[in-house]
Amino acid sequence: MKNFLYRMDLKGSPYLYIAPFFLVFAAFGLFPLVYTGWVSLHDWELISDDHTWVGFANYTKLFGDTYFWNALWNTLSIWVMSTIPQLLMALVLAHVLNQRLRAPTFWRMTALLPNITSVAAVALIFAQIFGRDYGLVNYLLGVFGLGHIDWQSGTASSQIAISAMIIWRWTGNNALIYLAAMQAVPRDLYAAASLDGASSFQQLTKITIPAIRPTILFTVIISTIGGMQVLAEPLLFGGASPTGGSDRQFQTLSLYLYEVGFSRFDFGYASTAAWAMFGIIVIAALINYLITSRLRRS
Amino acid sequence: MYLCLIALAFFSGFPLYWSLVVASHDNSVLGQTPPPFGLGSNFFINIGRAFDTVPFAKALLNSFIVSTSITVSVVLFSTLAGFAFAKLKFRGRNALLLMIVATMMVPTQLGIIPLYMLMAKTAMIGTLYAVIVPSMVSAFGVFFMAQFLQEAVPNELLEAARADGCNTIRMFWHVVLPAARPAAAVLGMLTFMTAWNDFFWPLVVLTPEEPTVQVALSTLASGYVQDFSLSLTGTIIATVPLLVLFGLLGKHIIGGIMQGAVKG
Repeated sequence: MKNFLYRMDLKGSPYLYIAPFFLVFAAFGLFPLVYTGWVSLHDWELISDDHTWVGFANYTKLFGDTYFWNALWNTLSIWVMSTIPQLLMALVLAHVLNQRLRAPTFWRMTALLPNITSVAAVALIFAQIFGRDYGLVNYLLGVFGLGHIDWQSGTASSQIAISAMIIWRWTGNNALIYLAAMQAVPRDLYAAASLDGASSFQQLTKITIPAIRPTILFTVIISTIGGMQVLAEPLLFGGASPTGGSDRQFQTLSLYLYEVGFSRFDFGYASTAAWAMFGIIVIAALINYLITSRLRRS
Repeated sequence: MYLCLIALAFFSGFPLYWSLVVASHDNSVLGQTPPPFGLGSNFFINIGRAFDTVPFAKALLNSFIVSTSITVSVVLFSTLAGFAFAKLKFRGRNALLLMIVATMMVPTQLGIIPLYMLMAKTAMIGTLYAVIVPSMVSAFGVFFMAQFLQEAVPNELLEAARADGCNTIRMFWHVVLPAARPAAAVLGMLTFMTAWNDFFWPLVVLTPEEPTVQVALSTLASGYVQDFSLSLTGTIIATVPLLVLFGLLGKHIIGGIMQGAVKG
């Protein structure tokens, strides 16, 4: 009997320990995921209990939906405008933080400070900074005689403001990820390069960047997944309205999904948008991967 | 070099300082040219107004309840599952762990609509349970603890415990849990911060009468005329608890992020 219990404990108990994760995940992660696909094949509204099977009609509708394409282009342009400067700045910042410094922890904490601030708070702070009448940026533009921009009403200007929020919030976090990878690069490589007269910038481009390429790939993919899902910044920049500006000039995919699902309560169509979004994220991650692995080979 | 760092400090700190400036003035003062760059005297009046406009006291309490429950649950379940994956042998272990890692790639918004319907069916909608229950486990947490325990707990120690007649749950309690403490602390802090800052899901399932701080913030920001003094006072109320936590424990949080980066 005792032997039996011992064997049971050895063979069976691991399943007991991992069960909580899988139970909660199955109910609140996996089930909704699969069910979204099912809902997307129906005409499914919150107010009605009839859910008519419509097959792929929602998907055909989505392909012809100009609001959807608009949201997709906005998402892509915000992603490009925020990711590229963000990662370049993070690289330079990590390079600086990787030097011998006084109080390294203090500087690292400073870099991470924006990331501690919640996205809702960031969106509100930047909505003020980029405000039309009393915003700080417009004041500074005025001081230099560069005129006055209605940041929220223009397409490019509103997307620049949103990209600025993303850049501000995530640069430090990425810098720390790069810094972690840089610390694994052997120090004597830099010492040798210094002896050969390489500048700090040359050391960054010739030694550091090649050495941490896998980490760069990792951050590009993570930023892509995050960038495709941007929601709180445009939502709060537009004063909590789900349309992303009067002409939808900064409505992202997530915001469109939110509008369809939770302000029109058209769950079937919103689920379709959700699956389309997932497909786009997978494609974007794949393209990223292909480009970066080609770069790695060359 | 230090010039770069000072620029960094300015870049990261300035928007926070600016929100304090705006929050400490009367909204009408902000129309001045030049705008005030120093602190005003209206901060406490604005705090009072924020508490009058939205149920901020309740929101803070709700956020504490939500974040603490999620943190305790994630740390406990992640350590338990991490222990199983790191130290116990069972059929399908590698496949199951791979599955957990794969789920980290799936965007949260994909399942939001059925999750909402599920919450409506189980009458959790509008209650804090709707925010807590789906976040009770974390794929990242399981992976993180499994990685850590792999190295932190020597197999010899577990074999010795087993020879002394410990069953696996006692091993967990007496050997693994004490060893897991540093990683559990980091995971706990990261989880608390994520839960505190979560915006989208609470916004969808909670009502403005029973909000978390982030939802209360979005209520302050809505309306045709934005009262920036008021909404930025709100952001400060929402951010200060985390800034205090970060000030006290930031060193460990940074260590955790950097550790996760190398291994992830």
